Amino acid sequence: MRRFLAGFAAVAAALIATTQPAAACAGLIGPNGAVNLLRTTTFAGYHNGVEHYVTSFQFAGGSGQFGSLIPLPGIPDKVEKGGAWTLQRLIRETTPVRRDIALLSANAAGSADKAIVLLEVRIDALDITVLQGGGAQVGQWATDHGFRLPPAAPEVLDFYANRSPIFLAAVFDADAAKARGQQIGDGTPVHVTIPTANPWVPLRILGLGKSADDRIDADVYLLTDSRPALLPYPFANGMRLDHSAVATTSLLDDLRSDKGMEWVPQSGWLSKIAIDASASQLTYDLAVDAKGTSPSRVAAGLQAPANVTGSSGQPTSDQIALIGLALAAFGAIFLLRKSQPVIG
Amino acid sequence: MIIRILVVMALAAFAASACTTANGAQLSTHVGIRIHYSHFDQTKIEVPLGVPITFTLINDDPIEHEWLIGDEAFHARHRAGTEAVHGDRPNEVSLPAMSMKTTTLTFDTPGPLTFICHFPQHEAYGMVGVVVVRS
Repeated sequence: MRRFLAGFAAVAAALIATTQPAAACAGLIGPNGAVNLLRTTTFAGYHNGVEHYVTSFQFAGGSGQFGSLIPLPGIPDKVEKGGAWTLQRLIRETTPVRRDIALLSANAAGSADKAIVLLEVRIDALDITVLQGGGAQVGQWATDHGFRLPPAAPEVLDFYANRSPIFLAAVFDADAAKARGQQIGDGTPVHVTIPTANPWVPLRILGLGKSADDRIDADVYLLTDSRPALLPYPFANGMRLDHSAVATTSLLDDLRSDKGMEWVPQSGWLSKIAIDASASQLTYDLAVDAKGTSPSRVAAGLQAPANVTGSSGQPTSDQIALIGLALAAFGAIFLLRKSQPVIG
Repeated sequence: MIIRILVVMALAAFAASACTTANGAQLSTHVGIRIHYSHFDQTKIEVPLGVPITFTLINDDPIEHEWLIGDEAFHARHRAGTEAVHGDRPNEVSLPAMSMKTTTLTFDTPGPLTFICHFPQHEAYGMVGVVVVRS
C-alpha cells in the first residue's frame, strides 16, 4: 500500500494561452516559458484515512486555455467544487494581527503504454482529468493535449510517478470563465477526496520551470487528528512552521459549515507550513505522519522507492548508433529489393 | 532470427563506419545521441572532416525537443526565431515526444559547431553540446 496522502502541488504547464489562472501550490508557466508564480494556498485535511485536499484556481484574465498537471498521492473518490470560504478562513486563523486591530475586529464582528483516464469532471470553467500512468505516459498525454511542459518535466514526472502514478490535469478555459461572468481574481475552489494511508505534500514540483534562484512562496495548511511528525522538519530549508497548535473550535465549526466539509472532526491539530525558498532549495517533498511518529523518507523524496531501477534500461549512445545503423541497413535492403528489375 | 541479422548487419556497418583523420585518429561516421530528461547524453563529439556523418537522434522524453547544429550566428537566429517545426534541413531536426530520427551531414570546415535545443528554457536547462570536426 502506498504511504502517501494528499496535498499536492502543481506542475503547471501552458496550453495555448495568455491566461494565468493560479492553482494553489502551482507554478505557472506562460507560453513563452515565462514564469509567474503567485503566493498560493492549499489545504490538506486528514481524517479517518481520507485526505481532503482543497485548492483554488484563480482567473487572472486573458483568453484561451491554460493547464496544470498535478501529481496525486492516490486515486481520488471524488473531485468536486470546493466550499466558498475554507481557504480564506484558514488564512484568517493563522495570520498574525496587531492587538488593536484584533480588538477592533472583535468589536466590529464578533496501461500499458498510454495513461489511463480514471475520471473526468467539469467544474465551472475547469476541465479536470485524473490520470494513471508513468511519468512518460502522463507527459505524453499532456503533450498530446496541448500542454507545453518545461524541460524539467520528464524527470519531475518520473520522480512523482515512481511514488504514485496518479495525476490530475486541470485545463482552465478562460473564454468559458468570461462567459460565466467570472471576474479577474475570482477563484474556483476544487475539493479532491483521496483515501490514503498518510498525508504527503509534494513540494519539489513547485520549482518546475523555475530558474535556480527564482523564489517560491506557498502556504500549506494541514489539519490532522493529532500533532503530526514532518519530514523534513520545517527549519532552515526554505520551510517554516508558522503555526502548530490545537485547532480552535471556532475554526473547526466554520470549516465544517462550508460546502463539502462535513467531514471536519470535532477536534484536530492545525499546522501551517510556509514555503519561502529558492527553486534550487526545493529538492524535497513534505512527508507527514499523522500519528506523529515516523514520516517516510521515500515520501519526502529523500530516498528513492525500492522498486525504482533508474534509467539503466535505456539504450546507450553506442546502442542507439547500432539501432540506427541496423534500421538504415534494413531500409537500404528494402529499397534495393524494390529496385530489383523484374526478370520474367 | 531477424534480430540476429539486424545486429550482424549493424555491427558490420558500425565496423565499417569509422574514418581515419590526418593525424591517424579513428573517428566514427555514425553517431548516436539520446535525449533523456532534457539532456543530450553526449556533449562533446569528434567527427571527421569532409565525409558524411549520420546522426541517430532518440528522444525518449514525453516532450518535444529539437537538435539544431551550427555556428554562433546560426544559433543567434534560432534563439530569436519563431519557426515551430524543422524538417527539411539536415542540420535542423525536430524531435516529437518519444521519437527517433536520423540525419546526415558533411562538415567542410574543421572546428567546433554547437548543437542546441532552442525550445524555451531548454538551452538554459543544459541542452547544449559540441561537435568538433577534425581534419
